[in-house]
Amino acid sequence: MGSIKDKCAIIGMGCTKFGERWDTSINDLIVEAAYEAFEDAGIAPSDVQAGWVGYTSSSRTGETLSRPLKLDYIPVTHVENACGSGMETIRGAAYAVAAGVYDIALALGVEKLKDSGLAGLPTPGGLGFWHPVADSAITAPALYALAATRYFYTYGIEPQKGKEILAKIAVKNHYNGSMSPKAHFQRAVTLEQVMNAPLVAWPLGLFDCCPTTDGAAAAIICRADLAKKFRSDYVLIKGIGLAIGPGTGSMDTDYDFTHWEETERAARQAYAEAGIKNPRKEVSLASVHDCFTISELIIYEGLGLCRKGEARHEVDAGTFNLNGEMPINSDGGLKSFGHPVGASGVRKVYELYKQIQGKAQLPQRQLKNAKLGMAHSQGGHPGAFHCILTVVGARD
Amino acid sequence: MLGITSYGAYIPLHRLSRAELGRAWGGGASPGEKAVANYDEDTITMAVAAGIDCLANLDRQQVDRLFLSTTTSPYKEKQAAAVVAAALDLRRDIMSSDLTNSLRSGSIALKLALDSVKAGSARQVLITAADCRLGYPQSEFEQNFGDGAASIMIGDSNPIATVEASHSHTNEFVDLWRIEEDTYVRSWEDRFIYSEGYQSNVQEAVTALLKQQKLTPKDFTKAVIYAPDGRRHAEMVRALGFDPKSQVQDPLFNSVGCTGAALGLMMLVAALETSKPGDRILFVNYGDGADALILKVTEEIEKARQRRGIKGHLASKRPMPNYEKYLRTRQMLAMEAARRPADLASAVMLWRDRKMLFGLYGVKCKACGRVQFPPQRVCVACKTKDKFEDIRLSDKKGSVFTFCRDNLAPTADPPLVKAIVDFEVGGRISCHMTDRDPEAVKIGMPVEMTFRRIHDAAGIHNYFWKARPIR
Repeated sequence: MGSIKDKCAIIGMGCTKFGERWDTSINDLIVEAAYEAFEDAGIAPSDVQAGWVGYTSSSRTGETLSRPLKLDYIPVTHVENACGSGMETIRGAAYAVAAGVYDIALALGVEKLKDSGLAGLPTPGGLGFWHPVADSAITAPALYALAATRYFYTYGIEPQKGKEILAKIAVKNHYNGSMSPKAHFQRAVTLEQVMNAPLVAWPLGLFDCCPTTDGAAAAIICRADLAKKFRSDYVLIKGIGLAIGPGTGSMDTDYDFTHWEETERAARQAYAEAGIKNPRKEVSLASVHDCFTISELIIYEGLGLCRKGEARHEVDAGTFNLNGEMPINSDGGLKSFGHPVGASGVRKVYELYKQIQGKAQLPQRQLKNAKLGMAHSQGGHPGAFHCILTVVGARD
Repeated sequence: MLGITSYGAYIPLHRLSRAELGRAWGGGASPGEKAVANYDEDTITMAVAAGIDCLANLDRQQVDRLFLSTTTSPYKEKQAAAVVAAALDLRRDIMSSDLTNSLRSGSIALKLALDSVKAGSARQVLITAADCRLGYPQSEFEQNFGDGAASIMIGDSNPIATVEASHSHTNEFVDLWRIEEDTYVRSWEDRFIYSEGYQSNVQEAVTALLKQQKLTPKDFTKAVIYAPDGRRHAEMVRALGFDPKSQVQDPLFNSVGCTGAALGLMMLVAALETSKPGDRILFVNYGDGADALILKVTEEIEKARQRRGIKGHLASKRPMPNYEKYLRTRQMLAMEAARRPADLASAVMLWRDRKMLFGLYGVKCKACGRVQFPPQRVCVACKTKDKFEDIRLSDKKGSVFTFCRDNLAPTADPPLVKAIVDFEVGGRISCHMTDRDPEAVKIGMPVEMTFRRIHDAAGIHNYFWKARPIR
């Protein structure tokens, strides 16, 4: 098997303001993100030779991208892997560029969630196995709450103590988001606020859950050997791992609901490609899929950043805080930056890209010496995930 | 020998005290409490529950016919008994029928079943009777009505009770009714309907039967007499000459309420629970005429004790907190729709997945023995393709592996408790929990499966199984 390492560069990126964008349509969001990326890369829309677009709740064709941008009859592929859809666009574009078929491709993720008027995601049911009668009234927080309950039980953590561990993750991500000008929520919260918030799906409360958000993000993927024509501080793709689970967690008594198998598998693939032996030592920062705080807690373990059952000690130690050993979700994460499903994967890479370039907008959130970052998305739910991990790094 | 070969019953977990109805409306209240079907229960689900109780330890494949007696079928067109048969996992080559619209339809089913077996066209006939009637808010009926179900098996051998004689008559009479669009039971002026309806018809049936059999009230161990309420029951017992203290089956008004078409059979089940070999029982049912039967209990009665029956279900109960909860549970209030995606249903999927949905069938891998639900083509454990045997999980016990309390999911009884349940026989299901105290659900809690109405998407009553703490 080959590897994607150093074959593709990201030469431009764009990201809309995330939030309740009542006055913008999906087309507006796409134009906003794409043109920021074009400008950042110093290219014209007509330089793009192929497009990938990821979203889960709009029309289902590549026209979603070509119509607002008036692309010139170029190939556009719609990809969908639930919350992994955005990062799938980067993967698709990168593989095509690495194959030598295209020199420059556009990868764009977008989601317009706030038109639905619904609480939570507008898609009925869950993902993977889903039956309209046998699996009725499914909500994402409930599916993750099942894991939180079991995690607390397995490691002998009193639920109230467990909620406090999770609350610290929410506090961290809200603090980070308070300095992100494009984040949905830009407000720090206290541990007390998080602990006392209304329950959404016990044990998860309001601040344990990411919001539903409108937004889009885009990346211009270019052949690595051509990248320096566009800019000197391009960012290289070092590795991509994608693991689609068989979705058997809710039918297989072997599944423990306390680990993310798909994350572990995707990490193994991506680390192998990137040549990472010890991610905690080698990786500068990570953007991970904190759709719910319990998700982020278990991701620490799944990405091999600490041993199983010990993530809570890292939370207490502040290992993943903005000023910690390895900042995680330095832009606020899904929790605070918001979660327009299809856009989030590209947004996560956007944060790594900006941090590595030293262009993190505000000096107080600019990380020192950010060389290697990883972006993690997982769609689905505990027992049935689709996980994608992308490692990007500064040019040598 | 022909007769009753098994019995079972079902009473919903929740009870509303009549004092609470008095509080809600002001004024007096009858004594006791009434059983209230949960928001996800209806005639079909209660009939299934009673049927399961009656079929305990019996071979479901031996049932040749199924009757469902009710005045509250969830469907105006479409057989409810077919749903019950599917959920009970009965054979395909049975005849099933709804016996509807008459409060007397429970005893009508009993007589039809006896005739079927006597005629040799069936060996075992399962009767289920369930009702879920609503009285107008603030009405006496609202106080009086309760929800419940009973089930009786009629068979051709080893009966626990035989039928010695019976009398039936049909009487066109307007006392209680609902026309097509009615939700609540209507009635004519009570002095008229009880004197010329209930009283005269029950007396006519009992008098005729006793005269024909040359028996007197003293010849009976117990009198099981349907009545619309406690007062009429006491009056009837006196009028017929039975001793209220020693000879009369409690009509369940204080503990359950008048369960309509199910009440007569529920009282009969309660009588059988405490009866001894040799007991002679008079069973009288009323509605559009009357049925009276004389039953004799046999030595076999001792073999039919392993049932929850009336006694077991009466002991397992939870108070309903208030009248508002009752109104919501029985869908008597228009509630704002949840801001969530609409429920979906498909008649095609209901048909294609019927074995999974109604019988709660999973599969067991013949190569590695792993039980899995829903049924798979490729084994979750050893990946062997298409080597499975079916395994029914609806009657298997399990325990909670993990759970949560979901306030976002729409339900009439929030929070929706969602659970991962591991079965004792292997296999796991992701399902909802019902009849639970949300705060009392724990990892490791023992649970059993119960057939419930999930939603009415596409205008179809959609049913599936949920887990509940073992009753």
